[in-house]
Amino acid sequence: MPERIVIDPITRIEGHLRIEASLDENNVINQAYSSGTMVRGIETILKGRDPREAWAFTQRACGVCTTVHSFASIRAVEDALKIRIPKTANLIRNLMIAQQYVHDHVMHFYHLHALDWVDVVASLQADPDATASIQQSISPWHNASPSYFTGVQKKVQAIVDSGQLSIFANAYWGHPAYKLPSEINLLAVAHYLEALDWQKDATKIHTIFGGKNPHPNFVVGGVPMPIDLNSDTALNVERLSIISDSIDSMITFVDQVYIPDLLAIAPYYLEYGGIGEGLGNFLTWGEFPGEDNWDTSKFLVPRAVILDRDLANIQEPDPNDFKLMQEYITHSWYKYGDGDRVGLHPWNGETTFNYTGPKPPYELLEVEQKYSWLKSPRWAEKSMEVGPLARVLAMYASGHAQTKELVDLVLKTLDVPITAVFSTLGRTAARAIETKVFADSLRTYYNELVAEISAGNTDTFNGEKWEPHTWPANAQGFGYMEAPRGALGHWIVIQGGKIDNYQMVVPTTWNGSPRDHLGQPGAYEASLVGTKLEKPEWPLEILRTIHSFDPCMACAVHMVDASGKSLGEAAIGLNVLLH
Amino acid sequence: MPQPTRRVVLGLGNILNNDEGLGVRALELLGTQPGLPIGFELLDGGVLGLNLLMIVEECSHLLILDAVDAGKPPGTLVELRKEEIPLYTGVKLSQHQVTFQEVLGLAAMRGHLPENLHLLGIQPMDVSIGLELSNEVQAALPQMADRAKSVLQHWT
Repeated sequence: MPERIVIDPITRIEGHLRIEASLDENNVINQAYSSGTMVRGIETILKGRDPREAWAFTQRACGVCTTVHSFASIRAVEDALKIRIPKTANLIRNLMIAQQYVHDHVMHFYHLHALDWVDVVASLQADPDATASIQQSISPWHNASPSYFTGVQKKVQAIVDSGQLSIFANAYWGHPAYKLPSEINLLAVAHYLEALDWQKDATKIHTIFGGKNPHPNFVVGGVPMPIDLNSDTALNVERLSIISDSIDSMITFVDQVYIPDLLAIAPYYLEYGGIGEGLGNFLTWGEFPGEDNWDTSKFLVPRAVILDRDLANIQEPDPNDFKLMQEYITHSWYKYGDGDRVGLHPWNGETTFNYTGPKPPYELLEVEQKYSWLKSPRWAEKSMEVGPLARVLAMYASGHAQTKELVDLVLKTLDVPITAVFSTLGRTAARAIETKVFADSLRTYYNELVAEISAGNTDTFNGEKWEPHTWPANAQGFGYMEAPRGALGHWIVIQGGKIDNYQMVVPTTWNGSPRDHLGQPGAYEASLVGTKLEKPEWPLEILRTIHSFDPCMACAVHMVDASGKSLGEAAIGLNVLLH
Repeated sequence: MPQPTRRVVLGLGNILNNDEGLGVRALELLGTQPGLPIGFELLDGGVLGLNLLMIVEECSHLLILDAVDAGKPPGTLVELRKEEIPLYTGVKLSQHQVTFQEVLGLAAMRGHLPENLHLLGIQPMDVSIGLELSNEVQAALPQMADRAKSVLQHWT
């Protein structure tokens, strides 16, 4: 049996993802296995509850995914009960969703992914004058003086000297796969620090529309904040002006920092344009509805399935199709009433735990058997990738002009062929491209919102079907949401006014799923095969590809250890450290 | 950056995991106590992670309520003064999570750690899926709320 490398956990946020990879004699990965090592189970908490309150529970599944799980939940209930929301409410939701993308992607790039490419310690060797010249040549961003970069170096030096390098705790500093000149390392470290300040501006939209701090408030049928230009407690002129400033701040940071940084870093890692593709199959549920929550005809991101890289033939998937949308558990620690080889549509989904793995702590998973708490969602019995690359390809293939322009610009700037988009580099570039598209869309939705308000359309809530006696005895619904990490779906079954079944198929379940009933690998597993590791004891290359998917395991696996007792890294709390 | 002035009690943890959410539950209990000193915001921080950095950095006074694994019997009240709170969690294979310690670590690195910082914790018993507190933790909750109130009084 060949040696298998184990990385556990791999995410920097609430990680409970475990990757096992086996290498051939040339240190090239020939098999990879992805496992969620924490059980999911929020479905069991929701059963029997009031559907109107489901969002308040689903939003607690993960601190990063608060907004997306809330929206998917209220949309599922609105679908089940056939509730249309007012156009104004829909525009406010679109603003919140677009803001979430911009905030999340920028933080992912600088705080999670950049450290795979940027050597923080090497930034101390940079020449501040040269760094300033580079900054001035790539962008009009205001922090561009030699003294500014000297200041950043002093901060980094102070952290290193204080022994708190753990803030940038990456044991791989100095790895030969870090290729950036010191000056670009310094540039990126400076923006890592600036992004922390920028997020204050970026989150103002949520603070205003969410109403409640720090957990935002949601409501089935619309948005909770009323519009009244003359009221102190409603959406008024002053708040609209704060939102407008926040949008400017977001667009400026994306245009002047994020995109130029991506284009400055990428040329040193062009080999990743040929590494890490994986499946070549992509799925989106679509996002940014037009007139109301069910107007999918004007989706900015179309609802699409792309198979085998074929951008000429995109199909529209129906999430309610019992035959095509299915979850398998052949290699997952669950059991179905009808056996381990069948697939179930989420409305018929079952959440019965069946842990058969080794007793932790263990050295290796039993990959021939069940080996993950993630199920294997499949579309038409095929593994699919979800996320920014899927969305950008869907927009590109459907002829979205700005997306085409941006993709072509990036390809031309980096001088790589279109096939390079199917890769780790392509995934990372796609994230930046859609951030630009969605940041600009903020301005569009804002202008539309102001126009609606000016026209007197200030309704933000449709209460016609708020009371349970107006509901049908039985109903089922699908709540879509293109989360920053990819297609998210909540499927709800309502009976007698209560939740009878609730299944969440989250992006990381699609991407991080184990093998299915046909032995087909999930996206992470497929993407790692063929990657050569320069230093297998420091598998930086694996991190680069897995992080390019932006895994969020807390969403996918929900916080309970397989053994049912260990706190492990179960939560963002002080409990983790004080072991 | 303006002088930090917020006075905040922050309840942390995931309420979907029984005792894991005890910080949030303790915060709710604290909110019902008569005679609380005025001027403090009671905030449910859940598991918001990095999103809490902005709030932390705006605080002159920050009291944290959370589940703490200190290797003590379940239900034991644990108290840490500012200088005793570890600012950063350990790493595994170079990766880490954005834990609340890291949020505090980032605030410290940026020179914005609240001047007055205090942590109250309870050793959890059961962090499996569910919305209930264990008897041990439930019994310790009033003690935590009492202690929180006296910390706030001391800060007033």
